[in-house]
Amino acid sequence: MRTRFFPVLAHLLALIAVAPLLWVLLSVLKPAEDVFSFGWPSSWTLDNLQYVLLKFPLPRFLLNSAIVSVAVTVIALFFHSMAAYALARLRFPGRGIIFSGIMSTLLVSLPVILVPLFLVAKQLNLLDSYAGLIVPSIFHAFGIFLLRQYYLNIPRELEEAADLDGCGYWRRYWSVILPLSRPVLASLSVLFFLANWNAFLWPLTITRNPDLRVVQLGISGLQGQYASAWNLILAAAVIAAIPTVVVFVAGQKRLVDAMKTTGLK
Amino acid sequence: MATTTAPPSKPPVRRPPAAPKTPMTRKRREALAAYAFLAPDLLGLLAFVAVPMVLALGVAFFKVDGFGNYQYVGLANYRLMGGDDQLWASLKVTAIYVVSFVPIAFVISFGLAMLVRNHFRGIGWVRSAFFLPHVVSLVVVGLIWQFLLVDKRGAVSKLLAPFGLGDVSFLGTPSLALGTYVVISVWFVMGYQMLVLLAGLKDVPKELEDAAQIDGASAWQRFRFVIWPLMRPTSFFVVVNSTIGAVTGLQAFDLVFVLTKGGPARATSTVVLYIYEQAFTFNNLGYAAALTTVVVAILVLCTGLMFAFTKGGRFDED
Repeated sequence: MRTRFFPVLAHLLALIAVAPLLWVLLSVLKPAEDVFSFGWPSSWTLDNLQYVLLKFPLPRFLLNSAIVSVAVTVIALFFHSMAAYALARLRFPGRGIIFSGIMSTLLVSLPVILVPLFLVAKQLNLLDSYAGLIVPSIFHAFGIFLLRQYYLNIPRELEEAADLDGCGYWRRYWSVILPLSRPVLASLSVLFFLANWNAFLWPLTITRNPDLRVVQLGISGLQGQYASAWNLILAAAVIAAIPTVVVFVAGQKRLVDAMKTTGLK
Repeated sequence: MATTTAPPSKPPVRRPPAAPKTPMTRKRREALAAYAFLAPDLLGLLAFVAVPMVLALGVAFFKVDGFGNYQYVGLANYRLMGGDDQLWASLKVTAIYVVSFVPIAFVISFGLAMLVRNHFRGIGWVRSAFFLPHVVSLVVVGLIWQFLLVDKRGAVSKLLAPFGLGDVSFLGTPSLALGTYVVISVWFVMGYQMLVLLAGLKDVPKELEDAAQIDGASAWQRFRFVIWPLMRPTSFFVVVNSTIGAVTGLQAFDLVFVLTKGGPARATSTVVLYIYEQAFTFNNLGYAAALTTVVVAILVLCTGLMFAFTKGGRFDED
């Protein structure tokens, strides 16, 4: 009896956990006047979604978010894998100190350094620019740490073969290590994409120009402008959430692997 | 007893076969290559993490206005704090939030992890379902719950109407808003914490539990005396992480910013939100920097105390 009870409970709780999301999805597909009606839609419609895509600058917000998240993800993976390679594989004076230094920045979260980071960005003329959205978001110790752990487990023999073939360090990194790190790079790209697509505080702090608004900023702005047009606000929110859910479902296994490693630290 | 979560150790250092030839040049070449590989990330971390950390301490001694004029004021920013009632109110909000959110999230996440620990039909969907709220952005989470909690017409009010609670305004009543914010935060975070705890549970040897069962230990005893002690390092990690997240994480800003803007009557104004307002609404950047240093000091003190009380989270080495 026990063995039956807990799985049923798990399914029930899972349903409760996703109910708010499903409810919102359902509400968006209802005609505007029914958005608060309780129950199954009397008729289905795509009007709300269509309206926000055509009448709001939502496509622009989505494009900005896509540019920023993809750029940050690609550049971060490149930089972090290079740094991780050096930390895992090369011997040089100060390796221990540099590694501890990098790790210590793990404790720093954005809200803690927001004000001085804003001042730095201002000094570097990064306010209200794509560069300002992208560059400060690249640097984070977590990716370096995870890649280093992975590289420590790649057999040295593979690299030594390349060494004997006369390959320099760059070739060894580029032609041996990088191709071997595809799985971990895939996990991290899911993680980085999600984090940057969902970013709100930093874009809010450094952009004023409406053309540079990322999607999270865009949809939070609708709240003030269309205070009671819930069908439209929710439609925009659903569209903003779709890429994250798609990436999650597609990269679920990888994401879970990466998440578990954080816990195993 | 072996730690359950030992990081993989470094492979033994072995001299490359070519070393004897020209040891000096080879060594130097390797070091130069290493610095080149590290340069982009190190410069970035320096400019966008380390310098801001140091700058926060420096700026705290200045009065900085919106035009970027700096004026040295010594400790004036710190003296202002004593009479700043809104700051104390915000600190209280954050304290109540941490003290309620961290334990509730931990207990629920642990429960969920135990629930989805062993295989059953549909376990994949169940795990994903618990994690799904964490995938959606905090802004979307805020909007969704605002909609669900709209007074009287919202889904929650309608669900509670049969119990006579249909008129309760969860986000509009100062005494309820903070609790609502805690519940939503737990809903957002539980799937993530569940996954981390689940990874820890994987390392609990099945044989120990089986042995306890054969000795006649009840389910509760097996949990209390086998699983719980072995899970302490992972639990410690989750609780510390969760505390830091609750004080200075994005959930302390994004979610309240969208959900309540700190209201009603500042009942959900977290410290992080208050600092943001001081910096970017009232243009008191120097004061905001000073506040940041205080919050970091409190946070370091709290995590330090946690480490001290739990012997650094390494319960298993005593």
